[in-house]
Amino acid sequence: MGRRKAPEVNAGSMADIAFLLLIFFLVTTTIETDSGINRKLPPIDDERVDPPKIKERNIFQVLVRDDGQILVNEDQMDIADLREAAIQFLDNGGGKGSQACEYCQGARDPKSSDNPKKAVISLQNNRKTKYKSYITVQNELVAAYNQLRNREAKRLFNKEYTQMVKDFDNPDYPGNKDKLEEEIKLIKELFPQKLSEAEPK
Amino acid sequence: MSKFKKKGDGDTPAISTASLPDIVFMLLFFFMVVTVMRDNSLKVENELPFADQVEKLDKKELVMYVYAGKPSERYQRQFGTEARIQLNDKFASVNDLRQFVLEERRTRREDLQNKLITALKVDKETNMGLVSDIKQELRKIDALKVNYTTRDGNVKFNQ
Repeated sequence: MGRRKAPEVNAGSMADIAFLLLIFFLVTTTIETDSGINRKLPPIDDERVDPPKIKERNIFQVLVRDDGQILVNEDQMDIADLREAAIQFLDNGGGKGSQACEYCQGARDPKSSDNPKKAVISLQNNRKTKYKSYITVQNELVAAYNQLRNREAKRLFNKEYTQMVKDFDNPDYPGNKDKLEEEIKLIKELFPQKLSEAEPK
Repeated sequence: MSKFKKKGDGDTPAISTASLPDIVFMLLFFFMVVTVMRDNSLKVENELPFADQVEKLDKKELVMYVYAGKPSERYQRQFGTEARIQLNDKFASVNDLRQFVLEERRTRREDLQNKLITALKVDKETNMGLVSDIKQELRKIDALKVNYTTRDGNVKFNQ
């Protein structure tokens, strides 16, 4: 009998080992990316400048109370109605002459905002307000702006505003990005997001 | 040798599993590549609120995370049930935020340092007082871009 060949290593358990590793990585994987509401905080001014005078009709005051109840211009409102109320306020376009707003489709109530460029939403909360109520209100207000911007973007560029922003962030977007940026800027100017947050009492 | 001869070949032959390890390895490599290990363990309760007007936060190199919420159960005896901030792996106070942000800025690439976004991962039951303190502190150090991290869903689930 001649020398035997070295026996081959049994690779049958390879699959088991690989499965074990696979399951480990399956369990530890988190593929999803975070998402949330982006906000820019106002910078702190050192010297106290007198706040610009804003007419009362141009302010939409939202106060979130401790229990999550909402007061809009001191009247109680249901959270489900907030978005619609904010849209009506922003889109009112009650101004005349140089204050007029041609693209607004609102009621043109002289007691409500003159122009979306003048309209300010003021958001207040107490220290004991729950974070979830605050986020709910933020979400509704952002939704109001998005809805109006979508409408204008559809009218001017036949495209949703939110889609435009998504395209802009997409590195593989085939179209002209500079043009897109210009268009986004234009829409933002039509409905600027003027959301001021007072420090809580 | 004829000992092992098959009696007949009427049966269909068994499917070869020789390529199974290859398939599994392929899957394995996929998951290895996409896995992001959680680099800091949470010491606070962190159930995020729902929102649907959200933007994705996918530039990971621009984000620094600030967690806040009640300490988890096993830390409650030591730290109480009042909501706290967690930075990296430790409980922190509002005053530590400045140091944290400066530290984070130093570790990032120079051209990105002004574009950093602070992702606020705040538990939905937290009082706004703490959140306001965080925001005030962030304003002081000029870290103005914030992202209220939420879960995607209808706000009705927040109630």
